[in-house]
Amino acid sequence: MKQKTLFVIAALLLLLGFIVAALLYNVEKEEQAGQFAAANNAALVRMHSPSLGPAEASVVIVEFLDPACETCAAFYPLVKQIMAANPGRIRLVLRYAPFHKGSDQVVAALEAARKQGKYWQALEMLLARQNDWVQNHAAQVARIWPLLEAAGLDLQKLRSDMAAPEIAGVIEQDLLDAQTLKVTKTPEYFVNGKPLPRFGIEPLKQLIDEALAASRR
Amino acid sequence: MNSARSVAPGDAAAAAWMPIFGAWLIAAASTLGALFFGEVMQLPPCVLCWYQRIFMFPLVLILPLGLFPLDPRVVRYGLALALPGGLVATFHLLLVAGVVPESIKPCTQGVPCSETVIEWFGFLTIPLLSAVAFSTIIALLVAAHLRSRK
Repeated sequence: MKQKTLFVIAALLLLLGFIVAALLYNVEKEEQAGQFAAANNAALVRMHSPSLGPAEASVVIVEFLDPACETCAAFYPLVKQIMAANPGRIRLVLRYAPFHKGSDQVVAALEAARKQGKYWQALEMLLARQNDWVQNHAAQVARIWPLLEAAGLDLQKLRSDMAAPEIAGVIEQDLLDAQTLKVTKTPEYFVNGKPLPRFGIEPLKQLIDEALAASRR
Repeated sequence: MNSARSVAPGDAAAAAWMPIFGAWLIAAASTLGALFFGEVMQLPPCVLCWYQRIFMFPLVLILPLGLFPLDPRVVRYGLALALPGGLVATFHLLLVAGVVPESIKPCTQGVPCSETVIEWFGFLTIPLLSAVAFSTIIALLVAAHLRSRK
């Protein structure tokens, strides 16, 4: 019957219009996000940030991380795997976005651990045992000490180093830069200055692969 | 839409098909539009927007049930959704316009309903689109009712 054809065609046209509009919108948004990140590139890398991997690596991943954020803990080993699969070619730079309650104290502890040369051990311990010290999306600072001690840190020195004004300055600067770059969720990744088009491990892998391929050329 | 004073040739009830189809078109376009704002542009809907969605989305499924086979009584079920939806949209418009005072604004937390997130051509806002869609759907359904009675 003609009416059925009319109905089906109308339904298909509406759906098609929706899909095309959504695709166009996403392409444009991605482009805008890229331009925005490029325009604010100065806020992306600071001298004070801890980093892993060779300084001359062709691919630099800047990660905004909250040690109390579950997804950050879940993504960290995945990023390490990608780095291990491409030895010497990727550098990871960590920026702090301690959005969870109490998390800024944990960041301060990490920065103090850096003074003892055990930053990555401390970070990996805290991320791996995150369930022990994050409750109801709030960091329980009192519960990180045994973990840090197990990671081989001198707790007494750590606690006195934590209060250093330069550590507060690092956290403040990172939060400010997160705001400038419109980082509202963690983890947020920038690969050679480019933001993730969509959040997820696959888009991240793809972005890293593209950057690796571009550097080979 | 012009209410049907002209009697379509042939079966009188069949004349109701087009207006119901038109109402469905508007409901479907509005639903996809709302989903575009919410899911693609990721604009969080305010409370009043949610109520309007609640009345708009089911129309997309219910109206076609009255189209195949043609059942003019679907107008009753359609109006049961479109009329309250139109009321909420009107309330929302009045709220944005500032006619309804702040104190009876039902949403103070989350996304304020009085906030204008989109303004096209200087006047076209989401609540206005919604109010126009609901009133057109109501008019078309009433037209379908009148035609089918002829």
